[in-house]
Amino acid sequence: MLWLFFFLVTAIHAELCQPDAENAFKVRLSIRTALGDKAYAWDTNEEYLFRAMVAFSMRKVPNRETTEISHVLLCNVTQRVSFWFVVTDPSKNHTIPAVEVQSAIRMNRDRINNAFFLNDQTLEFLKIPSTLAPPTDPSVPVWIIIFGVIFCIVVVAIALLILSGIQQRRRKNEGPSEVGDAEDKCENTITIENGIRCDPLDTKGGCVNDAFMTEEERLTPL
Amino acid sequence: MEKARPLWSNPLQFVFACISYAVGLGNVWRFPYLCQMYGGGSFLVPYVIMLLVEGMPLLYLELAVGQRMRQGSIGAWRTISPYLSGVGVASVVVSFFLSMYYNVINAWSFWYLFHSFQDPLPWSVCPLNANRTGYDEECEKASSTQYFWYRKTLNISPSIQESGGVQWEPALCLLLAWLLVYLCILRGTESTGKVVYFTASLPYCVLIIYLVRGLTLHGATNGLKYMFTPKIEQLANPRTWINAATQIFFSLGLGFGSLIAFASYNEPSNNCQKHAIIVSLINSSTSIFASIVTFSIYGFKATFNYESCLQKVILLLINSFDLEDGSVTADNLEQVKSYLASTYPSEYSAIAPQIRNCSLESELNTAVQGTGLAFIVYTEAIKNMEVSQLWSVLYFLMMLLLGVGSMLGNTMAIITPLTDSKFISSLLPREVISGLVCLINCAIGLVFTLESGNYWFDIFNDYAATLSLLLIVLVEAVALCYVYGLRRFERELQAMTGRALSWYWKILWAVVSPLLMVGLFIFYLSDYILAGTLQYQAWDASQGQLVTRDYPPYALAVIGLLVAASTMCVPLVALGTFVLRRLKRGDTAPVS
Repeated sequence: MLWLFFFLVTAIHAELCQPDAENAFKVRLSIRTALGDKAYAWDTNEEYLFRAMVAFSMRKVPNRETTEISHVLLCNVTQRVSFWFVVTDPSKNHTIPAVEVQSAIRMNRDRINNAFFLNDQTLEFLKIPSTLAPPTDPSVPVWIIIFGVIFCIVVVAIALLILSGIQQRRRKNEGPSEVGDAEDKCENTITIENGIRCDPLDTKGGCVNDAFMTEEERLTPL
Repeated sequence: MEKARPLWSNPLQFVFACISYAVGLGNVWRFPYLCQMYGGGSFLVPYVIMLLVEGMPLLYLELAVGQRMRQGSIGAWRTISPYLSGVGVASVVVSFFLSMYYNVINAWSFWYLFHSFQDPLPWSVCPLNANRTGYDEECEKASSTQYFWYRKTLNISPSIQESGGVQWEPALCLLLAWLLVYLCILRGTESTGKVVYFTASLPYCVLIIYLVRGLTLHGATNGLKYMFTPKIEQLANPRTWINAATQIFFSLGLGFGSLIAFASYNEPSNNCQKHAIIVSLINSSTSIFASIVTFSIYGFKATFNYESCLQKVILLLINSFDLEDGSVTADNLEQVKSYLASTYPSEYSAIAPQIRNCSLESELNTAVQGTGLAFIVYTEAIKNMEVSQLWSVLYFLMMLLLGVGSMLGNTMAIITPLTDSKFISSLLPREVISGLVCLINCAIGLVFTLESGNYWFDIFNDYAATLSLLLIVLVEAVALCYVYGLRRFERELQAMTGRALSWYWKILWAVVSPLLMVGLFIFYLSDYILAGTLQYQAWDASQGQLVTRDYPPYALAVIGLLVAASTMCVPLVALGTFVLRRLKRGDTAPVS
């Protein structure tokens, strides 16, 4: 009689947890991809931890605080490592609706991931999409700040160059006019004496007449 | 009192200015592509031959003309023959077109540079879609780097007919680019001479850093092996030789008038022959150097993609057949595949369509040139490097320096003839002329910041300069040798620099280079005519890839106008001068 009962219970359990059963979810782990050399082997203890994490997630849902680890059933564990699981209600006859399980898992996804040192890509709940992290949008985009800095530098540099250019030109215009009266004779007419124009006359330092030979050129070189 | 012509403070500034102008973006993004397409290592043979036969002589010719005439392009060619000042005008027109669209590249470099200061780099991840369950659809179909380029940077429209509005972000970057150029040319040779120290030397620093980084990347040797393996049979392909000639020609920036302008600020006794040889050699070696860097990065990217592809196939297999994680590796993949195909034929055939054939060669074969290489392929490689922000900043800084260096030459080609003209320079001071040129170019350049701007950019890039430059340089060479007289020019050069012109240069100037130019010109003309309708690549957001479309009639009209505007200057101005002289002779005849 006891054997029959035991047989019946396992049969029911087997029916509840099957690939593609109602409210069942497939889980896939890629431990070696995630951890490389530090990968741990997947054994029944790890399965126990998994069932504990799922029970923990369900307990956080209102009305499901009495979920026990024995209510979480695993089946079809493959070498991959992948398996199916269902969560039954306290009577162990029905499975909890997939929607509730899904929302519970999504709320506690990172706790579950951390328990196994995995992340959303290496611990996959097929049919439960993970919420992608929202992009961090600073209030002012970074590029505008840098643009503003460089823009201001360039504008200031242009302004400085233009101003100094205007100052130089003003100084140049004033320069000749200061000594202009004395040099009127040289400036007004463009005369040519001895084939040398009066233009190269240095207006600042007085009139230098190139028609005169300098001291060094008077004597022919040896 | 006539103002003395401003001069470079020392000959080194002149050499640096020429290097900074000639070594531009084309060395980085066009030469590696040509090398890959036309025979790898064996492309160097036609390249070097064309350098010796075409590049060096024509460069020396332009520098010598500028140094002898001591004026910008218009004045120089007017001195050679009044009927030929149209050549100078055509140079200025082409330079004007070039500076209009070239600075947009600098604007894009700025944009990417400013975005490099984020973690993670914005082009390395796809943005999320509206309900945060997955990634943006367009980004999924294309790649994150393509998405960032086509959507975030250009916000490109599906075709050239849909122009959309001006995008304010690229417009701001364009404004900044023009302000930077204005800052550098503001004081003429005084400021330009100092800036070119940086724009000529810093890109080499970055290239060396990238060379070291590139060669140490995983998979770099794959790219280098692929590139340098010579495919000798390509030497028999005439397109190889034509592309080598074209690349040398455009890479040196001949015909724009910039080199004439630079040389006009030289001391008359400057040894421009030595400088011409130095500049052309440095330009070509930079191309080869840059292609080594590019190909190590290509190899890295291709290896990375190949390995990701393998990983995806492995994941697909172990998920479908519940094999142990880690049991299938790249080495035993083929054996596993055949085992599974034989053991579980039905399931295997069910997933067989999804199994991609990963091939390293097909990844390496994706030859890209132009903006695609610089802003899509390179950024894809950079995002996979460690400390990617640093590499990104370095890379775009280098692009900016190369681009600004070339822009200095372009704007100088426009401004020197304007400041040489007594009429204009008496009206406005130099700063105002430069400012006006920059302002006009910036305003017109806003066209390239429209949503369809990149299509107009491609039009300008492909058609504004190519045919016209060939004609200009051909007329230059013929005019100098036969109209002005080669012997006369030789005598003047000797008097100026003190060095005789060797027979090598004389033969090249008089015979070989003009013939080459004629050949290239005929080839391009026939190519355009035989092509029929011109087509362009448009970005299709729904498919996430480029599609080919035909140009609408008004775009074809713009292309025609671009080419005509510069080429027609030569005969029109000649005709105009002829008519004016006739009228003048008609006026003076009754008096005498």
